[in-house]
Amino acid sequence: MKVRARDPKQVWQEEFEASPSRDDGLETSTISGIPLQPLYTTADVPRREEELPGRYPYTRGIHPSGYRGRLWTMRQFSGFATAAETNRRYKYLLANGQTGLSVAFDMPTLMGQDSDAPTSRGEVGHCGVAIDSLADMETLFDGIPLGEITTSMTINSPAAILLCMYIAVAEKQGVPPSQLGGTLQNDILKEFIAQKEFIFPPSPSMRLVVDSIEYCAREVPKWNTISISGYHIREAGSTAAQELAFTLADGMAYVDACLERGMHIDDFASRLSFFFDAHIDFFEEIAKFRAARRIWARWMRERYGAQLERSWKLRFHTQTAGVSLTAQQPELNIARTAVEALAAVLGGTQSLHTNAMDEVLALPTDRAARIALRTQQLLAYETGVANTIDPLGGSYFVESLTDEMERQAEAYFKRIEEIGGVIPAIEAGFFQKEIADAAFRYQKELEQKRRIVVGVNDFTVDDEEPIEILRIDPRLESEQAGRVSEVRRKRDGARCTNALNRLRKAAAGTDNLMPYILDAVRAYATEGEIMQAMIEVFGTYTETAVV
Amino acid sequence: MAKVAAKPVRIVVAKVGLDGHDRGVKVVARALRDAGYEVIYTGLRQTPEMVVDAALQEDAQVIGLSIHSGAHMTLFPAVVDELKRRDATDIVVFGGGIIPDDDIAALKKRGVAEIFTPGTPLQEIVDWLRKRFPEQTRKP
Repeated sequence: MKVRARDPKQVWQEEFEASPSRDDGLETSTISGIPLQPLYTTADVPRREEELPGRYPYTRGIHPSGYRGRLWTMRQFSGFATAAETNRRYKYLLANGQTGLSVAFDMPTLMGQDSDAPTSRGEVGHCGVAIDSLADMETLFDGIPLGEITTSMTINSPAAILLCMYIAVAEKQGVPPSQLGGTLQNDILKEFIAQKEFIFPPSPSMRLVVDSIEYCAREVPKWNTISISGYHIREAGSTAAQELAFTLADGMAYVDACLERGMHIDDFASRLSFFFDAHIDFFEEIAKFRAARRIWARWMRERYGAQLERSWKLRFHTQTAGVSLTAQQPELNIARTAVEALAAVLGGTQSLHTNAMDEVLALPTDRAARIALRTQQLLAYETGVANTIDPLGGSYFVESLTDEMERQAEAYFKRIEEIGGVIPAIEAGFFQKEIADAAFRYQKELEQKRRIVVGVNDFTVDDEEPIEILRIDPRLESEQAGRVSEVRRKRDGARCTNALNRLRKAAAGTDNLMPYILDAVRAYATEGEIMQAMIEVFGTYTETAVV
Repeated sequence: MAKVAAKPVRIVVAKVGLDGHDRGVKVVARALRDAGYEVIYTGLRQTPEMVVDAALQEDAQVIGLSIHSGAHMTLFPAVVDELKRRDATDIVVFGGGIIPDDDIAALKKRGVAEIFTPGTPLQEIVDWLRKRFPEQTRKP
């Protein structure tokens, strides 16, 4: 008698269901809540034309040679205390093989105020370096040739001012703006959505962003004028799909704003860059990075009609997830960071910051910062993961998850469009509520032990050994305040006042503000003074807090 | 049997300092609300004076502070001092955020009742409040 062969997948399904289940109450979904099947097969991946690296839609990477041609840039975000101390840390990192700089500013600098402002009390030099004027910026990059290195600056509301300071320091080193390479975060939309370091209302904020994009397209053509950031959205508690969707939606809002200004898509699109979080759910993150490239390429080519291939390519920086680090058994953070960094590399990142194990407690010590950098070097040079391009391409699971990410992102684009676009959605509190809901849901899952964080809600120890942390000398604040008042005393007061008056007048009109800001910076106007001049015209923004 | 008090504890939760990281404060605010407390969230960038104003206006018994920028050693004691200045030391101050262990003892000495650091279960904060205000808490 002839027995018809049974469908092997059916057989497996039955065997799987008959097998004992772990039954430990843990979620069988990604950390973002995407339900997971126990097994993925060919049936989960739709047939599509073969995707290849360096070719539209770039799912498998923007370079035909992957990391064979060039490794990712190891760019450790760093800055603390004074410009002089941070300058020493930069030289230390460069001497240890770091390949690009990334400036972390302190809270007063990020919020556009000088170190001697009353509300700067207790904040100076704490979570980054204190920069008040061109004088501090000169110290920060002393002995570092700006024509030979690329620098990323994480700053948003006052981004134009800090970029002008960088241009002015380069001028003094004899380096023309056309030779400068680097990235300005300059992404105000995600500030309104997640990180909340806004100062001006949305409309003048967007004007400043477009001013800097327009100015750089002409004068600083190698500069990435914006780093459209999902990192902060994710850290604020969003899911991976929300991070992806909200970030790309922000990107399209910047494109729309530049087109409205009369720029041509291919004149600025290739200088837009992105910045994502690498969270702990390994495969979900890889899928997110791959989906980001595919979605962006399609929108740029098909919706915006960009003609140049370089306009279609989504380039991104990645930082491992600060929010995944634990204060408990902090050495475990080295392992977490390594897994997250591996996801970023397998996802094809252009540059990477790996967090130091002690960053959950304070800014990193030299030792912790070195281990974080060494983690990247270990991935690059020991593990062999950089030898094959997009090694997970074709994985049933990763391809299926990439498609799922794309589906969820497109669904969000529709919802945002229905609300009227990104800024109306911000004003309606849409993103803020989505993120807060996701954050609360995750916290609940932790409390109910449906998810485990090792060392926090399971595998805990009673006696935590304290680890060494970096302390900021409290005397620094008054010293920095002294420096800024000395700058005010020594500069050509009339030149400075005139420059600020011209800026104020220009802000009330429609001129591109970059040349005016650059003049004020060159005249040693402080960051706080330049911001104040613009606040007088633009006003400030307060959000309605939603819990 | 559930204890029902006439007046649930009112808590003003606030972000002091310049940083805008409001994930923690919002999660805690929701959890306290779910636990039956009346929660008023002030929003971002509150000065110590603004926080105390809000607490007095709202007739709050508790102030919860959140900060992630490293300025806690300046700003938490400044809230306590402002309460003293306004003769309102009956208001209990607790806080949370990125706060190293060594600083916790110093903050307690300066009059902050409790500090909750990253990884603290929400229930621990609720339990602490229940202990502190046993009569006035509505059981959920």
